[in-house]
Amino acid sequence: MKNRVAIVGAGMTLFRRRMLESPKELSFEATRMALDSAGLELKDIQSVVSGSAPDAFDGMHMKGEYLLDGTGGIGKPNQRVYVGGGTGVFTPIGGWWNVASGMYDTCLCVAEEKMSPLHPHPQYAFWSIFDQILERPLGTTLLWIFSLEMRRYMHKYGIKEEEIASVAVKNKGNAVDHPCAQLGAKITVEDVMNSEPICWPVKRLDVSPPSDGAAAVVLASEKVAKKLTDQPVWLDGVGWTLDSTHWTNRDLAYPEYVEKAAWMAYKMAGIKKPRKEIDIAEVYDPFDYKELHHMEGLQLAGKGEAPQMAVDGVTQRDGDLPVCPSGGLLGVGNPIAAAGMMKICEVFWQLRGEAGKRQVKKDARTGLAQAWGDLMQVGTVAVMRS
Amino acid sequence: MTPGLSTRELMFEAASRAYEDAGIDPRKDVQSFICCTEDFWEGISITDEYMPDQLGAVLKPLCTISSDGIVGLATACMHIMSGIADVAVVESHSKISDVLNPDEISSFALDPIYNHHVNADPRFVAGMEMTRYLKDTGTKRDHCAQVAVKNKKNALLNPRGVHGANLDKRAVLSSKVAASPLTELESSKTIDGSIVFVLASAQKAKKLGDHTVSISGIGWSSDTPWIEDRDMAKAVYVEQSAARAYKMAGIRNPTTYFDLAEVDDTYSYKELQSLEALKLAGKGKAGKMVESGTFDRDGRLPVNASGGSLGVGHLLEATGLHRVLEAVLQLRGQAGRLQIPRVKKAVVQSWRGIPTATGAAAVLGN
Repeated sequence: MKNRVAIVGAGMTLFRRRMLESPKELSFEATRMALDSAGLELKDIQSVVSGSAPDAFDGMHMKGEYLLDGTGGIGKPNQRVYVGGGTGVFTPIGGWWNVASGMYDTCLCVAEEKMSPLHPHPQYAFWSIFDQILERPLGTTLLWIFSLEMRRYMHKYGIKEEEIASVAVKNKGNAVDHPCAQLGAKITVEDVMNSEPICWPVKRLDVSPPSDGAAAVVLASEKVAKKLTDQPVWLDGVGWTLDSTHWTNRDLAYPEYVEKAAWMAYKMAGIKKPRKEIDIAEVYDPFDYKELHHMEGLQLAGKGEAPQMAVDGVTQRDGDLPVCPSGGLLGVGNPIAAAGMMKICEVFWQLRGEAGKRQVKKDARTGLAQAWGDLMQVGTVAVMRS
Repeated sequence: MTPGLSTRELMFEAASRAYEDAGIDPRKDVQSFICCTEDFWEGISITDEYMPDQLGAVLKPLCTISSDGIVGLATACMHIMSGIADVAVVESHSKISDVLNPDEISSFALDPIYNHHVNADPRFVAGMEMTRYLKDTGTKRDHCAQVAVKNKKNALLNPRGVHGANLDKRAVLSSKVAASPLTELESSKTIDGSIVFVLASAQKAKKLGDHTVSISGIGWSSDTPWIEDRDMAKAVYVEQSAARAYKMAGIRNPTTYFDLAEVDDTYSYKELQSLEALKLAGKGKAGKMVESGTFDRDGRLPVNASGGSLGVGHLLEATGLHRVLEAVLQLRGQAGRLQIPRVKKAVVQSWRGIPTATGAAAVLGN
């Protein structure tokens, strides 16, 4: 690596079901906040990386081009990186290679999603992620395949719905302290169990909401970062992996692709024992069971052991391994790409001790953010250090 | 057009050939795979889902860069420069034969509030741009037609050149109007195809055979997305891309530096506009130079000797990689009937098409 890469600023918008701002305006708000927090202006930025998940949400072809004046990309080298739901964490990874390669010293990374324009419901965009011949005729929805995966995970390790529900309780509770959150709430396991089944075993409160929003970070090379701030957060490890298209052919109980992505990032960051060395983790939680499933893929829990950690309170903000102290997608909201970037922002704020009421109890020095996407297929992982 | 093949089959074929040519096994030797695609062209949301298997990239780092193939090439360069890959693979394709309504797809890229409702052939943007370019630079209508004549003639020598033809300027100018003043014969036609490149670090490349071509400079850039705000006479994005690529390669005087150029000719006037932005011709001079034969196959600087997009066809986001492919074959001395003697330094440049003002440029050498 030519340059060590630091995050020097972060910003995000409110996450809401329907925002009045256009996608360009949402991007602008997040980038303005990130630049302000880094003490930089757009003229100081040498390159831009943007992230947004399916163009089908707002019906914009070549959305990276459309967003340009919101993302600050005009007159600059601009890349739109894309790995479905994994895009949020992948966007700063795109920024990482812009800086680590020595091509640029500063890079603005922006993730934006506006799901609300799609009628009658954003879920319809997901129909078009499926195979035209084999799957679309079934009228497949994402909820179907999630329920298959959740069921398989429960069956293989004998996990109870109540154990999984404790994750939703934790994350929605954490989100109460997040000023941008859409669905912060104090709820109980019973509330989750009694919520409307959408596609059993997935129930209403097991699922994150559709949202609009944007989030951004500013990356800088070591040389520039040290001039800008006393508190750079180093992006020391990045990893991503895609599994086969044929999701029906893999054992859904364990995300091997997340494991591979994690080891790529851990190796780069020199981490050998992730459970001991990672202090906080923003694990991807579009569904409550996914947080547990991903903790196992990330080597933060043994196979089938994550649910017990959740029940025992290990993953609470004051626990030994705080997971999703932000409130996660379940609590803060899930504007796909922006949600992953929100996790990067949260780890940045936590490692700088700037998370306010959300600040974890332990002295956190090493954090991790992870996202997931496609046909239960892609893992993206970033390891950050203060 | 390839109605009998799927996208995945096209990709498999191109990838197999590239891997064999480089002498690598994708499952063991490649650390990063990059695909340049856009969802709407694929008719699939999140197209990277359908990329890994046919590239030999299962459970490997693979990602989509939603841009022209040359930006994918730049991404591979950065992966190699940052040390995460020794060998990286870049793929891009067009499967336009699966798209029933290409014009409608293109118009979804227009601003949804101010432009989309125009409900016209999206090439109206090219018509406006061409008018402005001709007016500002004093370039003649004939000069643009000459670009189409030259490129379609060059393509007759190219086994990939399905739109090759022997035409004169009168035939070009009297063909159907696409978007005034642009005519149909000055407007490239989309075709199917997949292109795959294997990139390696300089150290690794030494072990991978004698036919390597080096990338010494690469740049990409975007002008404003607002059609109304642009200086339509100039390709600002090409000027910026070229400036970055030339700086990286340490080129001070591009005008006389290159032996070959493969540049954007999606529309006839684009070749002239791009040549000026690349500083291969002075402002307003490209027209006269094409007229006098400077850019012919036997001229001082052969431009689109392959036939370009007008002669071979337009490959959507793979168009940039097509230009790279033609330049690489020339640099390797493997261009067959197309071969131009003594090609050592080449420049390639691409544009993402209407309504974007985004492009990329690269400097290649052997």
